[in-house]
Amino acid sequence: MQPLPIDDRIVQRCRELAAAVAGSVHRFIDAHTTVSIERTVLRCYGVDGVDDQGVPLVNRCVDRYRQAGTLEYGIAFFLGWTLSRRPGTTPQEAAEEMAYGDPPGLLASDVASFAAQFEVADAALREPTRKALAAIDAARAQRLSTWRRLGLGSTHSAPNADCNIVRAFDGPPLKYVIVATGNIYDDADQARAAAQVGADIIAVIRSTAQSLIDYVPYGATTEGYGGTWATQENFRIVRAALDDEQERLGRYLQQVNYSSGLCMPEIAYLAAIERLDMLLNDAMYGILFRDINPRRTLCDQHFSRRIIGRAGIVINTGEDNYLTTADAVESAHTVLASQFINEAFAYRAGLRAEQMGLGHAFEIDKALPDSFLLEIAQAQLVRQIFPRHPIKWMPATKHKSGDIFWSHRVDGLFDLVGVATDQSIELLGMMTESIHTPFLQDRYAAITGADYVFSACRSLSSELQFRPDGRVVARAQKVLQDACDLLDVVASEGLFSAIARGIFADVKRPETGGRGLEGVIARHAQYRNPILQELTECASL
Amino acid sequence: MSVVSKTPQPIRPYGDRRDDGRIQLSFTLPVPASDKAREAARRYVEKLGVSNPVIATMQPAGHDFSFFVVYGATSVVIDFADIEVPEIKTPTWSVKEINTLIKERLKRRLVIVGACTGSDAHTVGIDAILNMKGYAGDKGLEAYPWIDAHNLGAQVDNVVLISKSRELSADAILVSQIITQRDVHIENSRQLVDLMRRQGLRDTLLLLGGPRIDNKLARELGFDAGFGPGTKPSQVAAYVVQELLHRRGEPVPSSLSPIPGGDGGH
Repeated sequence: MQPLPIDDRIVQRCRELAAAVAGSVHRFIDAHTTVSIERTVLRCYGVDGVDDQGVPLVNRCVDRYRQAGTLEYGIAFFLGWTLSRRPGTTPQEAAEEMAYGDPPGLLASDVASFAAQFEVADAALREPTRKALAAIDAARAQRLSTWRRLGLGSTHSAPNADCNIVRAFDGPPLKYVIVATGNIYDDADQARAAAQVGADIIAVIRSTAQSLIDYVPYGATTEGYGGTWATQENFRIVRAALDDEQERLGRYLQQVNYSSGLCMPEIAYLAAIERLDMLLNDAMYGILFRDINPRRTLCDQHFSRRIIGRAGIVINTGEDNYLTTADAVESAHTVLASQFINEAFAYRAGLRAEQMGLGHAFEIDKALPDSFLLEIAQAQLVRQIFPRHPIKWMPATKHKSGDIFWSHRVDGLFDLVGVATDQSIELLGMMTESIHTPFLQDRYAAITGADYVFSACRSLSSELQFRPDGRVVARAQKVLQDACDLLDVVASEGLFSAIARGIFADVKRPETGGRGLEGVIARHAQYRNPILQELTECASL
Repeated sequence: MSVVSKTPQPIRPYGDRRDDGRIQLSFTLPVPASDKAREAARRYVEKLGVSNPVIATMQPAGHDFSFFVVYGATSVVIDFADIEVPEIKTPTWSVKEINTLIKERLKRRLVIVGACTGSDAHTVGIDAILNMKGYAGDKGLEAYPWIDAHNLGAQVDNVVLISKSRELSADAILVSQIITQRDVHIENSRQLVDLMRRQGLRDTLLLLGGPRIDNKLARELGFDAGFGPGTKPSQVAAYVVQELLHRRGEPVPSSLSPIPGGDGGH
């Protein structure tokens, strides 16, 4: 659409305020680590596997050092130290010793001897660190070359030679669907079927409780509720199915999972090396909707995004969820404010705008007259403020009904807003949204319905313009001004305090409440994390 | 609902004309779309007892699946007069009326505890009923001055729910179940009822809600009542007040209007 007349100075002010919000939280983030960050470091060095009780080796190692009270030095230090004691040892063997054997650094009386080991440990990790980053880079390169060869989306848009983020350049929104059977093999079959009828992006929804467990399950799984467990092997199974299918269809297929919850950075790493293309990853979602401790989440999101930045993965943020608890008309500005904050944190982690799939949703009460105009205003506003970002447009979920025929029509209007405002990624609405996880035929109906709207309205966005004195413009300007005012408040009181007061999604989360606070540890002055160091230095080049 | 003799009232689906028995079905078969698949769909629908099936469409829903929309007629007749459904009788009281009734007749603040139990992480249902904000313009129970509402959130263990309710001396417990895959909601709800019986807690009103819940199912599982989609907070509050008045042998003010326990529409 022709641009809405909005004041760029307000947008600029929003960005400055959001950067200040992120900046002040970073004083905390940069001084702390978490058990999940430390487990991710071990995974980067290739440590894998579980014991006979299903507990991952990385958890055994990190928990042992946490209990010893020495984790503040960073697990990498002890891994390096253990490696240095016996040349030729692999990180996996060293980790087994750290978990079950007689490794260094477990006794408080050892601390005096640490100083002599720092350089030794650093040296022992130099080559493993190089290999760890090379593995991430290799997976990214493989994705990029397949995408360049096959193209993406219904228009098979060809990338520019210098573009190194997998995305579409033109055409209607990419069609994103969800599979959620609980059985990874059924998920793979349904992913193929959806791709065959036109889906571009397949997300495997996680089992409902996964965000709250403090370890990553292992192996292929066939039982889950409301979704399927996210495991490294399950990532491989779906990727293999899509690898096969995309050759037959002649267009690149993208896989999505969730880098959220208590294992946010670990999932980011597993996704990076298993060639996932997108990750649900939000600076605040876990705090607000899963009651995960704010300090824990804000530390974890940074490290996860450092990996995501390097891997060239596109994040999907979760602002759509705000509107499932808060009202979509009254709270529209909180969505925009949160998008600015998510963007600011993402920039700080080295992500490029092309990787930031900021989320928003078609959640205004359908009983409200002119709700469609309000949706247009918000969608166009977000599109315009974040022009290079692969904006993710989410369907109605709250105002849906068991009347599937009515719900299917709601999804039609949703598709219309999506194409008319040039959204980048569209999670297709399901007519059975409020009934069950989608049937194969529900996905089919959603995809063919969206294809019709996208094709019928192909050039609509370039034909329409807004009345300068009309309702859409007035609404967009108000939402932007309100978002700016809110960011002003958040910047002056601080993000932790704002979240505790319930500014986002009407949910109040105190700084020291929620799950996972015990896993947040202040870094020692000699804290070691060569992976983070390398990711940070390279990103700032 | 006991009536001595009833006039039979036979009914069947109404398509275009009374008693034509016309229905529509849609389903997917795990075979590629083909003439053979179309014939399989037709025979399948016939096996369901539907006569003269018309395959309105067959679409390839992926290379290995075919999607069908089918119309046909059924001769099955059901006697409507023979059906008994325990309807929830909820008075249509305003928020103000409900608070006044609690204050003047029950004479103390009511304690209502709610949770989404088991592994279910979806708080949307329980939040709609309990949180201040409410649902569809109807304020949640937290907004009632004479109700002490406690929302325990999602993934609450049945044992925790019971101990918390005991600690707070709850008058009513609201359980929300959103995830229904493989009937996990039924198993989980039944377990709660068993636990409450064993602990002698049957005096506390026990209500079940969720998109796939109706009053009949809830009663079968041992709950006092069940509320389906579209239920408003004031309906739940009115039901609780009405039941507590009943239990005390107090008269319940008139203006009773039954609402179905099922789908409440958009």
